[in-house]
Amino acid sequence: MTESQNNVIELHDVTKVYRMGDIEVNALAGVSLTIRRGELTAIMGPSGSGKSTIMNIIGCLDVPTSGRYLLDGEDVGHLSDDRLAGIRNQKVGFVFQTYNLLPRLSALANVELPLLYGGGHRKKERAQDALAQVGLADRVHHKPVELSGGQQQRVGIARALVKSPSILLADEPTGNLDAASSREIMWVIQELNRQSGITVVIVTHEHDIAAHASRVVTMLDGLVLDDRRQEPDLVAQPVQG
Amino acid sequence: MSPLQTIKTAISSLGANKLRAGLALLGIVIGVTAVITLMSIGRGATEQITGIIQGLGTNLLFVQPIGEEGQLTLGDADALLDPVYAPTVLAVAPEIRSFATLAAGRDNSAAQVVGVTPEYQDARNLDLASGIFIKGPHVSNRDEVIVLGATLAEQLFQNLDPVGQHVRVNGRRYRVIGVLESQGGGGFGTFDTQVLIPITTAYYRLSAGRTTSGDVVVDLINVQVRDVDEIDRSIEETSGVLRLRHRITGEDDFTVISQQSTIETLEETTNTLVVFLGVIAGISLLVGGIGIMNIMLVSVTERTREIGIRKAMGAKRRDILFQFVAEATVLSIGGGLLGGGLGYWMTNLVDGRALGNQTFTTSFSSEFALLALAVSAGIGLFFGIYPAVRASRLHPIDALRYE
Repeated sequence: MTESQNNVIELHDVTKVYRMGDIEVNALAGVSLTIRRGELTAIMGPSGSGKSTIMNIIGCLDVPTSGRYLLDGEDVGHLSDDRLAGIRNQKVGFVFQTYNLLPRLSALANVELPLLYGGGHRKKERAQDALAQVGLADRVHHKPVELSGGQQQRVGIARALVKSPSILLADEPTGNLDAASSREIMWVIQELNRQSGITVVIVTHEHDIAAHASRVVTMLDGLVLDDRRQEPDLVAQPVQG
Repeated sequence: MSPLQTIKTAISSLGANKLRAGLALLGIVIGVTAVITLMSIGRGATEQITGIIQGLGTNLLFVQPIGEEGQLTLGDADALLDPVYAPTVLAVAPEIRSFATLAAGRDNSAAQVVGVTPEYQDARNLDLASGIFIKGPHVSNRDEVIVLGATLAEQLFQNLDPVGQHVRVNGRRYRVIGVLESQGGGGFGTFDTQVLIPITTAYYRLSAGRTTSGDVVVDLINVQVRDVDEIDRSIEETSGVLRLRHRITGEDDFTVISQQSTIETLEETTNTLVVFLGVIAGISLLVGGIGIMNIMLVSVTERTREIGIRKAMGAKRRDILFQFVAEATVLSIGGGLLGGGLGYWMTNLVDGRALGNQTFTTSFSSEFALLALAVSAGIGLFFGIYPAVRASRLHPIDALRYE
């Protein structure tokens, strides 16, 4: 594998300017960042630092104002909305702070959702496999309200995994969870990263969450302030219950 | 997303708010029911009227004078029986019409008096309830005899048998020789309120119109044609004979109308009525469509976050567009099907019911049901598209952030 094939995300001097009425806001002022396959990266920074913006761009929900963005070696910085939707479907798995599950649907149907938009066979089996991967094989027919916060977030992770994406993009994945559930979720994420080699990007402002990452990128005022690799703090396997 | 999956998703989304979906559905159901019921009533009325006319016989032609100079005479009527010039003519029945006062005992009433010949009975399909029709000798002797319409007979004689009794027509005594069978119906061309006397009697006693050459003027000539298929030929023959007799070089001073053309004209008119009723009912269908649009707009707003989630998961614009259009269309087609069933039921329910002195006759047609269904599907599509376009254009980031 060559060096460039090994890079999942390559941002080259990416800027993002929002226009709010007459005022222009520089959300990103020129960010260059490369994330390699299999890394577990935490992006940190206070609100307004541009970490949400960079997450939206990495997740192909938004396009940069200038600069280049290569995802899996493909330039995705200037694609149409529908092409971006296709890229999101194939390559990005989102995990949200508020889980964002559809309340009417069972866990299984929620996990099947990305499969509906990308085609493919054996939808039900693949969704069941993904739920088993996050330890919810026995909860497939539960509705979100019948699950605990930690379980709901695990459904969210299963949904993000089901298409075997290039990156798992988690926005404050433990932001709505208590300490025990947070550990549970971080354990699942770390296991997926270590066992299956899935590339993970976590956006967070919590230092103890970032401590579980192998790399921490700190942002401030739309720029990368600090970028260092570290020995991740391993989460102990929580007692199932 | 596959079409089947889209429809499944639509039905499950609608199921999430059954009351709301049900109310939106109701608007369409009422609209479609109204369209089908009203159009069936209109069609029923058409069939009733044409049925009455057909009962008079479709092998009948009416010859009427037109214009200031136009006059028809007994001579014209006799000339139409020419086997050489008009071989398709089976029988001819001229008539003279006038109004007169009828009196029997203390009761009197004004009625139309028709002077006729014996051929008139066959030409107009007249049945007798009692007595006899006007015969040849009555005509040649100018007898003062009279055949009464059913309603008039009842008015003048109540339960008494009028045959053999006397009626005064403009003061002169006429002997009743027969009573016509009641024709019923809404009074369209009915003989129930008319009386018949020999044509010669009508001429001498009531009208006395003569041409300069001394021929008896008649108001109308009924021409009975040998075969319905020969109607067009018969019109030609009749016109030819009369043109010769009237020495016409330019415009005809008479007109020949067939029953068939009367029916066609009438059907045109009543079809307009059917369409008119359909359009009025269609307005309620339109209102139902607006109801669907309203519900869909609310639904799009409420489900902004869902749209954001679906988009983040890779839903393209057309996926979202189809999802919402499918919901609107499922509503409207569902309403159309229910309304079709209800309309059919209503049609049967109303059939034969009396409202005031009018009896409904309905005629259900599967065309109406198909039309109503197609229109409601179209309405769902039309009113569903705008909300769906709005949904599909939402930006995923804004939609995900929506509270």
